Amino acid sequence: MAEKQNSILTPTTAAAPEGISGQGFFATSLEKAVGLARKNSLWPLPFATSCCGIEFMATMGSHYDLARFGSERLSFSPRQSDLLMVMGTVAKKMGPVLREIYIQMAEPKWVIAVGACASSGGIFDTYSVLQGIDRIIPVDVYVPGCPPRPEQIIDGIIKIQELVGNESLRRRNSAEYEALMKKYNME
Amino acid sequence: MANELHTDYWERDFVRTEEPKEYNTLNVGPTHPATHGVFQNIMLMDGEFIVETEQTIGYIHRAFEKIAERRPFYQITPLTDRLNYCSAPLNNMGWHMTVEKLLGIETPKRVDYLRIVIMEFARIADHLICNSVIGVDSGALTGFTYLFQSREFIYEIYEEICGSRLTTNMGRIGGFERNFSAKAWDKIRYFLKTYPAKLAEFENLLARNRIFMDRTINVGSFAADRALAYGFTGPNLRACGVDYDVRVMNPYCSYDEFDFFIPLGQNGDTYDRFMVRQEEMRQSLYIIEQAIAKLDKMDDKQTYYASDPRFVLPPKEKVYNNMEALIWHFKIVMGETDIPAGEVYHCVEAANGELGFYLVSDGGRTPSRLHFRRPCFIYYQAYPEMVKGTMLSDAILTMSSMNVIAGELDA
Amino acid sequence: MFKINAERNKFVVKILSDNFSEAIVQQEVILDMLCITVTKEAINPFLLFLRDNNELKYDFLTTLCGMHYPEIDQLGVVYHLHSLTNNHYIRVKTATELSNPVLPTATNIWPSANWMERETFDFFGIQFQGHPNLVRILNVDDMTAFPLRKDFPLEDQTREDKDDSMFGR
Repeated sequence: MAEKQNSILTPTTAAAPEGISGQGFFATSLEKAVGLARKNSLWPLPFATSCCGIEFMATMGSHYDLARFGSERLSFSPRQSDLLMVMGTVAKKMGPVLREIYIQMAEPKWVIAVGACASSGGIFDTYSVLQGIDRIIPVDVYVPGCPPRPEQIIDGIIKIQELVGNESLRRRNSAEYEALMKKYNME
Repeated sequence: MANELHTDYWERDFVRTEEPKEYNTLNVGPTHPATHGVFQNIMLMDGEFIVETEQTIGYIHRAFEKIAERRPFYQITPLTDRLNYCSAPLNNMGWHMTVEKLLGIETPKRVDYLRIVIMEFARIADHLICNSVIGVDSGALTGFTYLFQSREFIYEIYEEICGSRLTTNMGRIGGFERNFSAKAWDKIRYFLKTYPAKLAEFENLLARNRIFMDRTINVGSFAADRALAYGFTGPNLRACGVDYDVRVMNPYCSYDEFDFFIPLGQNGDTYDRFMVRQEEMRQSLYIIEQAIAKLDKMDDKQTYYASDPRFVLPPKEKVYNNMEALIWHFKIVMGETDIPAGEVYHCVEAANGELGFYLVSDGGRTPSRLHFRRPCFIYYQAYPEMVKGTMLSDAILTMSSMNVIAGELDA
Repeated sequence: MFKINAERNKFVVKILSDNFSEAIVQQEVILDMLCITVTKEAINPFLLFLRDNNELKYDFLTTLCGMHYPEIDQLGVVYHLHSLTNNHYIRVKTATELSNPVLPTATNIWPSANWMERETFDFFGIQFQGHPNLVRILNVDDMTAFPLRKDFPLEDQTREDKDDSMFGR
């Protein structure tokens, strides 16, 4: 079931999570219901800096149509978005801006690094380029490619959806998460 | 108060006012949905009107010129991809022609025509994005989603030829890495057949649209002499009425054999820039048709790279099956061929204007200095002068019609 | 392959050597372009003359870039000028010492030189005297080094995952 759901070709009608159903009722845990709602209504914040941003435009365009995955509502304000999509080279001059945007986003938030530059600096191992955004903010999913094809970006979105759907409601309060934030000097 | 609201804003005097005014500072960028790239404008605002603009750029500075000093010549092609990533093949071929000029490689006519086909497709792809983004900024998203499908078709043509979509790394020094397949030709012909109707439909959507005309005519206009002083080139200069086009003035790649018009604007405003780009797309289609006709007339259907084994990477089949080709491949890749010392400046008409490469070689394996003349970087500095005294919403349209690409701006 | 307009080159050289015989250090034709080296004291009047002379009219500053010559401890600037009326390019070079890199600005001649000179300052540390706003443009403001000088390392110095012995660095 899960595989079929994730196929690019199938239109996404969200499948019900596991639970107990009987006549006239369906019971599942709150966590799963919330996860289902969250994962199918992600509001991405496109932080497009260079080439990968153009491929993201193609992903949003009518040909690939990211709207099929419930994330057609681009939010350009960090305060109203769930998913930070960093696409393209992030120079050291840009680093503090990116960090600020991440801090401004409301919890729960996820980050996807699209393309080689955002993931690792890519071919630009130079004095001016940040060698991967995971040096300043935590990243959930990396999408390789220079630039990745729209299919790969969609694959990354699906991977994020899996993470979002399975995330425990208490994860953001856990000691592990706090330690992660502390590692990045964020409170 | 009521009177004030109805005064025509062109008649207002922004700078010299009697009473002390209260100005606001507005920060646009570096990540703003309306900037289409990462650059920051800090604007001093008098209500809705811009008094002063201060630009900050460099947010994706990647030190291309420094990297280029450490890379062999054929490895610099991927860097040029990422300059103006909307029209990567144009940059690739500009670089290849620069190196050919330094090395003295004469390319066969067929290579020239194939290059022209690809370069003009790249120009269409770039203008198409710019014009549809002007539509988006004036509130018409339809044109964007509609025209992006045509861009997908161009991507498919690229894919048939070189295997990648956006950052193509297409061609090699001296020609192409492989011949165009039959499928590629089919796709090219299909595009040529279907695109004019789509382009006309897109133009119908905007060009005579009352809202679009009101938003763009006389917005961000710039005089020709100021444009020249600020180093404008390409469609932005031609919209001001100066007919400078590198393809005509210093023809490269056999452009002198082709027959086409250079569209010109009159006022140098946003509408003119839009219309110049529209017409250039038509002229590009016309050039491609001529190139295909010339290619069809040629008996030779196989040549796709110059015959100069010292510098031209041999095709892969030959490397695997032919001893000499393997040796040359090894020598070029390991940097054992001597690049002559010298310096050369070569420019091509890229989608945004004159894209120049100033290459200095000291005889080593890598360039000793490579400087890119990036058209965006040079003309974007005129932006404060262009938007002074206009409204914020007009400034956004002016910027999108200038087609400032962050990758090219910051290099 | 490319055309050399030898007559025009000769004509330009003649006018220039008539007016700036002492300032011109070297003049040569490299591939297709006339290339003239002038002393740094004369660079500003030289460029102004190129722009304003009725027969030359190099009114378009195509590009401007810095150079570093580590062997002779000099920094240079290369101007590419284009005469749109005569369709002729010229390359003008000048150089200054590495220890005290000062050159006059060209912003009073072409406004487009503004950012190009800022970029050159950013990359090479050449001080353009008379420039209205000579601050860093592409790199971060608090950078102290000048990255395009040959002695500056290209690679990011904070990376630990690259084994240098394998890359010959």
